[in-house]
Amino acid sequence: MTEPRLCELSVPGRKGFSYSALDVPVAALPDHLVREELPMPELYEVDVIRRYTRLSQLNYGIDIGFYPLGSCTMKYNPRINEETARIPGFAHVHPLQPMITTQGSLALMYQLQEWLNRIGGFAGVTLQPAAGAQGELTGVLIIRAYHADRGDSQRNKILIPDSAHGTNPATSAMSGMHVVELKSDNRGNVDLGALRAECDETLAGLMLTNPNTLGLFDEHVVEVADIVHQAGGLVYGDGANMNALLGIVRPGDLGIDILHYNLHKTFSTPHGGGGPGSGPVGVAPHLVDFLPTPVVTVIEDGDDEMAPLFGLVSPAKTIGRVKAFHGHFGMMVRAFTYMCMHGEEGLRQIAEYAVLNANYLLAKLRDSYHVPYDRVCMHEFVAEGRWSDIPDIHALDISKRLMDYGIHPPTNYFPLIVHESLMIEPTETESKQNLDAFADVMIKIAQEAQQEPELLRNAPAVTPFGRLDEVKAARDLILRCAVDSDS
Amino acid sequence: MYFPHTPTEREEMLAAIGVGQIDELFEAVPEQHRFPDLGLPPALSEMEILNEMEGLAWANDSANELPCFLGAGAYLHYIPAAVDSILRRGEFYTAYTPYQPEISQGTLQAIFDYQSLVTALTGMEVSNASHYDGATAAAEAVSMAIANFRGKRSKVILSPTLHPHYRETIHTYNPAGDITFDGEDSALNNPPEALIPLIDNQTALVIVQYPDFLGRIFDLTELADAVHEQGALLAVSVNPLALGLINPPGEFGADIVTGEGQTLGIPLAYGGPYLGIFTTREKLVRKMAGRLVGETVDNRGQRAYVLTLTAREQHIRREKATSNICTNQGLMALAATVYMSLLGKHGLKQVSSLCYHKAHYAARQIQSLNGYELWSETPFFNEFVIRCPTTVESINEHLLEHNILGGYDLGQDYPELTDHMLIAVTEMNSKEEIDDLVMVLAEVSDD
Amino acid sequence: MDFPKDLLYTDNDEWVRVEGDTGTVGITDYAQDQLSDVVYVEVVVSEGEVVTQGDTCATIESVKAAADVYMPVSGKIIATNEELADTPELVNSEPYGAAWLVKLELSDSSELEGLMDAAAYEKFTAEKS
Repeated sequence: MTEPRLCELSVPGRKGFSYSALDVPVAALPDHLVREELPMPELYEVDVIRRYTRLSQLNYGIDIGFYPLGSCTMKYNPRINEETARIPGFAHVHPLQPMITTQGSLALMYQLQEWLNRIGGFAGVTLQPAAGAQGELTGVLIIRAYHADRGDSQRNKILIPDSAHGTNPATSAMSGMHVVELKSDNRGNVDLGALRAECDETLAGLMLTNPNTLGLFDEHVVEVADIVHQAGGLVYGDGANMNALLGIVRPGDLGIDILHYNLHKTFSTPHGGGGPGSGPVGVAPHLVDFLPTPVVTVIEDGDDEMAPLFGLVSPAKTIGRVKAFHGHFGMMVRAFTYMCMHGEEGLRQIAEYAVLNANYLLAKLRDSYHVPYDRVCMHEFVAEGRWSDIPDIHALDISKRLMDYGIHPPTNYFPLIVHESLMIEPTETESKQNLDAFADVMIKIAQEAQQEPELLRNAPAVTPFGRLDEVKAARDLILRCAVDSDS
Repeated sequence: MYFPHTPTEREEMLAAIGVGQIDELFEAVPEQHRFPDLGLPPALSEMEILNEMEGLAWANDSANELPCFLGAGAYLHYIPAAVDSILRRGEFYTAYTPYQPEISQGTLQAIFDYQSLVTALTGMEVSNASHYDGATAAAEAVSMAIANFRGKRSKVILSPTLHPHYRETIHTYNPAGDITFDGEDSALNNPPEALIPLIDNQTALVIVQYPDFLGRIFDLTELADAVHEQGALLAVSVNPLALGLINPPGEFGADIVTGEGQTLGIPLAYGGPYLGIFTTREKLVRKMAGRLVGETVDNRGQRAYVLTLTAREQHIRREKATSNICTNQGLMALAATVYMSLLGKHGLKQVSSLCYHKAHYAARQIQSLNGYELWSETPFFNEFVIRCPTTVESINEHLLEHNILGGYDLGQDYPELTDHMLIAVTEMNSKEEIDDLVMVLAEVSDD
Repeated sequence: MDFPKDLLYTDNDEWVRVEGDTGTVGITDYAQDQLSDVVYVEVVVSEGEVVTQGDTCATIESVKAAADVYMPVSGKIIATNEELADTPELVNSEPYGAAWLVKLELSDSSELEGLMDAAAYEKFTAEKS
């Protein structure tokens, strides 16, 4: 079933694409700079289209079926988004064009900033960060800059709950901060005692994911924020789980000072097989001056006849740029399209149905799978993929068996605080029929685990590929192959 | 809107959960903050949205309507129709990171193709699955070099003609001040060898751009040798399209090659999403951040692909990881993969030659005008610096009146290059467009 | 699980074998079992280097985890195991033998008193899992 390597398809002398003939005189290039060998493939357009079409057929995507990958919010990616992002007036604008020629793009970005402010309860937003992880980096750099600006540069400690995603500690370390892990209590909340014990004059901030990675809304979130603020720290909100909060609560109202959004989760821009994402960051009023450069602002107010004039400006105490240009504009167009499609009421319904779907699945599965932190969940929940009477069956086996039933597995082995975890996020775009079908399969797998465990251990059996030898991949390290005909 | 629930189904689901209304599911949210008014407008239909978006897009002047001579790190190139047709396949764009390799071989083998094509083009040994863009790839090169020396070397030399946005990003990524930067105030008309005296046994990395931000192509062999003599690493930030024509950095000994992959089949899109290329030598592979795909076999003996060396990454290393990057630019890497496969050996050489010859034609014509002067005699690829008779801003206004997008105003970044314009020419610019540009520039000089 | 009696152990799962004033350092059977298939070993100290108890001396990677190895004792490095770069799987098969990481001349024998003997370490691992 494996598709050939590129070099096996390449034929000497074959051409895939031709350009118009040169219409100007030839210029000389110094010999010592000219490349001698260009070991690239020689293919024909049909070869290329077939190769990548055939490869695409080895993939599972949201378009194929249910994709309950927890913390990734694999909701349907609306087709209209793909159309609006490709309108030539958006797709072919150069980022350094004079502002007078990019008023359409700037107006869209300004509106998107404003709406993200309103959804999150913030005073300012940067659209520049390229992904959630870069949004986090932006947030922690803002925390650092804020304390430094106040002459408080000894504040270098970032508190991170043990349920947090690995990016949180990695980001803090990258920003030169010192990471301290906080225990969760037995209801999955931040342990207030542990939090208080770490509140001292070195506290820079707390990184809080709420709802957390167990899918639970922290029952003391306001108190948590108060404790951190009283100790002089800031509260960073990881907005990975914002899909549960749209129109339900504004993180800014809860005392969150900074939050990154994931346009590719909450606002339906495609995950693209692992990117591009987009990670705008919203901040409270006292942090607006520290946002990365540039942000979009109104330079001249409009009136009934004239649209306002928009421009790019640099905030007064900016942390600087986090990437080239202004951010992933193509993703902004998609997210803005999605917001327009839903409006105020529709955005709240997204969260309501996401939470309804998750609780419905939880109700259907809790008799077959142990749910260690079992209370009303938000948009996702975490079950254990193990049974004490069948110790050699693991979450991984359940995941692989799901593939045999044509379903993408949930996230497994995360969060780390649940053993053999299965993190299930159905999203609002799935129907009751799809949820019932998934629950039936999960219950059947639980029975198989008892009666025919080898079905799980040998899974997947019906997919084009079986389990892979990851040890061989890491020991032998084959990371490329030749791509040209001569090889 | 995309939720299919009928009122009956909703009631059935609530009953199964054991609550009467959806609102009851949100009781953990503090009551005084629950269900705020957001102040957003009501929903629009798909038809209304398309209309609205077309209206906004219409308010832009786009580079495919006006002749465009603006580059400075992002370029208008022709994108063959085949590229977007593959990108629009839902099997690719609605998938996530290939954590489950049994049902993700499409994404995995496409990334393996990408790694293979990029290493072939740059002349390097390993490539990751990509970073966000050229700027963050350069910043990651700095982090990697510092990590490579485990804190024993802390000096990084930045060429002043590395893209200004990349240098700004590098500084933003290093807020703690434990890296010493040097080189940025070196004179612009100097060749890269001028950086050699700055390199010492504390130097972890020297980073230069090729062709540089001002379009020039320098032979970097001598610099590479000097860097290695001090035991340091050399990173080169490239425009990959130029490598269809000029020597790849792998040949003169670069240790890391980064670059902006936008030129490989990715639309301008007002600045993103683009593609951060990141390649290095085999011996440094474990210091490299970012996703990586390796070849292996499955339990049926079939050749297959899987994410590998994941122990370097944030989800395992947490605070000890050298970068927090999670994903790559998956779909953009796919665009570049299809573009490179389709153009291949012949097309890549052809497109980079077209850029080269057209840019040189434009430079010669402009140079012959009164009041305009080519700033440097150094060989260049498809971009060059012109000293102008007046401010770049006023020239660009004049060009825009004639529906031409002029070049980049270098005075914004380099005070000594006030009134200097960076002009980019690609295969998209016909001789007629270039002649029009020259004619309008002549008018400015005659005024 | 194997806990040789002639070794001393740390709470980060390193062992040290003391012979006269030299010591040999590696990771325990328990540690390799937790890591599963080891795919890469990098010794980050070199011969002649003076190290302090707690310094990182090696990094060990498996497909699902990465672990830093810390010096159980201080001293001067006299040998490092070059073989592991090509045969990392030795860490799984012979954690107390061929997969030693570094040898050193001990500079402070009083540090040994802070380490666990085999019985104490066995109890320690039992409590962890």
